[in-house]
Amino acid sequence: MTFTMEQPQTTSESEKSGPTQQTSPRADFLKVTNFNFYYGKKQALFDVNIEIPARQVTAFIGPSGCGKSTLLRNFNRMNELINGVRHEGDILLNGRSIYDKKIEVIALRRSIGMVFQKSNPFPKSIYENIVYSLRISGVRNKATLDETVERSLRGAALWEEAKDRLHESALGLSGGQMQRLCIARAIANQPEILLMDEPCSALDPIATAKVEDLIHELKRQFTIIIVTHNMQQATRCSDQTAFFYLGKLIEFDATQQIFSNPGEKQTEDYITGRFG
Amino acid sequence: METTPPEQQEGGIKEFRRRPDLFRGLCWVASVAAVAILAWIIVEITHQAWPAIKEFGFSFVATSRWLPNRETFGVLPFIVGTAVSSLIALLFALPLGLAVAIFLSEDFLPPAVRQVVRFTVEMLAAIPSVVYGLWGIYVVIPLMLKFGPWAVQTFHNTWTTPGMNGAPEVQKGIPILETLFAPPSYGNSMLTASLVLALMILPTITAISRAALVAVPGTLREGAYALGSTRWEAIFGVILPAAAPGVVAATILALGRAMGETMAIAMLIGNSSHLTSSLLAPAGTLASLLANQFGEAEGLQVSSLMFAALLLVILTLFVNIAGEVVLRYTQRQTAGIR
Repeated sequence: MTFTMEQPQTTSESEKSGPTQQTSPRADFLKVTNFNFYYGKKQALFDVNIEIPARQVTAFIGPSGCGKSTLLRNFNRMNELINGVRHEGDILLNGRSIYDKKIEVIALRRSIGMVFQKSNPFPKSIYENIVYSLRISGVRNKATLDETVERSLRGAALWEEAKDRLHESALGLSGGQMQRLCIARAIANQPEILLMDEPCSALDPIATAKVEDLIHELKRQFTIIIVTHNMQQATRCSDQTAFFYLGKLIEFDATQQIFSNPGEKQTEDYITGRFG
Repeated sequence: METTPPEQQEGGIKEFRRRPDLFRGLCWVASVAAVAILAWIIVEITHQAWPAIKEFGFSFVATSRWLPNRETFGVLPFIVGTAVSSLIALLFALPLGLAVAIFLSEDFLPPAVRQVVRFTVEMLAAIPSVVYGLWGIYVVIPLMLKFGPWAVQTFHNTWTTPGMNGAPEVQKGIPILETLFAPPSYGNSMLTASLVLALMILPTITAISRAALVAVPGTLREGAYALGSTRWEAIFGVILPAAAPGVVAATILALGRAMGETMAIAMLIGNSSHLTSSLLAPAGTLASLLANQFGEAEGLQVSSLMFAALLLVILTLFVNIAGEVVLRYTQRQTAGIR
């Protein structure tokens, strides 16, 4: 039993698909169709079509400014916080448009976790950071909150380090611990999807290795989309890789395939380090 | 004509360039002077106040009779007046100032309009105190002359109970409010002065809180929205707590200003030494007492006024030190936000 709260689109979907949901990754879980995106007059994404399967790790790679982060930030409509943006085309989550008038952006974001490039713990205790999403959903039950804190911290491989200081400020953690705390916070509300925007770019190699191990663990429960500049990271932890260049999706295939035998010249040039 | 190379020029600002010890010495003198002047002020006030300190001692602070013609002086009403007027001003100005600061730091308005509103609010700080006093006399006092009787009727004489056995009927009011809004009501009153004071400290609170809110990193904002916060939840759950040290600093500065504010208060508060619980009655503050009486005082009254000045300095110092402690504490809570 999961305690998903205000996620009308997920509840209705799980009712429809029933027990089959757990079995095999569905290719059309998150589907982007003919998607164009503009920051003011500048077009950032050109006619992107991609189907992201459930419960796998999908990596977005490409040089800076290629649109990979822009697409990621459209999945939970974070781009709408910026003035003057607009989009064409559609993004379907479980077959329903995320731009559907009936879907509230608040509910959408509650069902999609996000981890940022720079860790951004709130100036609160470790405990309060994790239960934040539950508190804003109106959960008051102490037992539920306690249980969520332990489950999320264990999920983010931070429980052993943090269990004795749950009520101390989260800002006293190390950089790597803070990023894992942000992952714990993102999965506290049991989202369906976890978006990771270069989650390791500010971490040292040891902390990076921990987060990558974590990604392996988390994909059993969550659909993970990770934007990365680090090609080794993409090969190490993703099942599929999408290569973006100048706002276009150039190639999308199994990670193995992309890195051993890319179909496009541009992909090959990028992964072999000829540009980017 | 031959010019002297710079390294051979003597004296002036050039000297400092070659003599770091001179520059350091000058900095020393300047910082020692700042501390020494504060000490000097306190010593001088204490010296002037000494006859009154000797005469009245602690009873000066604890008694409430200020009778110059009988040479009896007690400043309790003015200490209470200073505290009450500042706290009421803060009570009105803090929520209002914080609301304006939030409004100006979020993207509710187009940036151009935001700048205009911000500039206008900060302009409130540029209006001289005496002008606030005049505005209070011509605008706030007439309003209070309407509000006072209404408040008395509503909170003090809320209902009437008939007297027993032909005795006159008795007026009853709402507990607490009936003592705060007791008759008779005046135009020059504690409430009038406090309201104008609130307006005067508003720009301090708004400007410093706004700066603190703007300085909250965008990553925290994004983090809050990504977890599905509404704007309200993001502001009150994440952004405002992160800006807490700045808001605390703003509050302390505003309180310090409110306690020391003189001219507008002296013009509006009614300058009574009578200790009363009613906000509709005239009252006095330490600063307004000094402004009103110093010109005509002589003998022991002068020392008593100096004693009152000393107390005002001590009170403001105390507020600033207490504020510093609270500020350090909140800073420790939010230290490390990047």
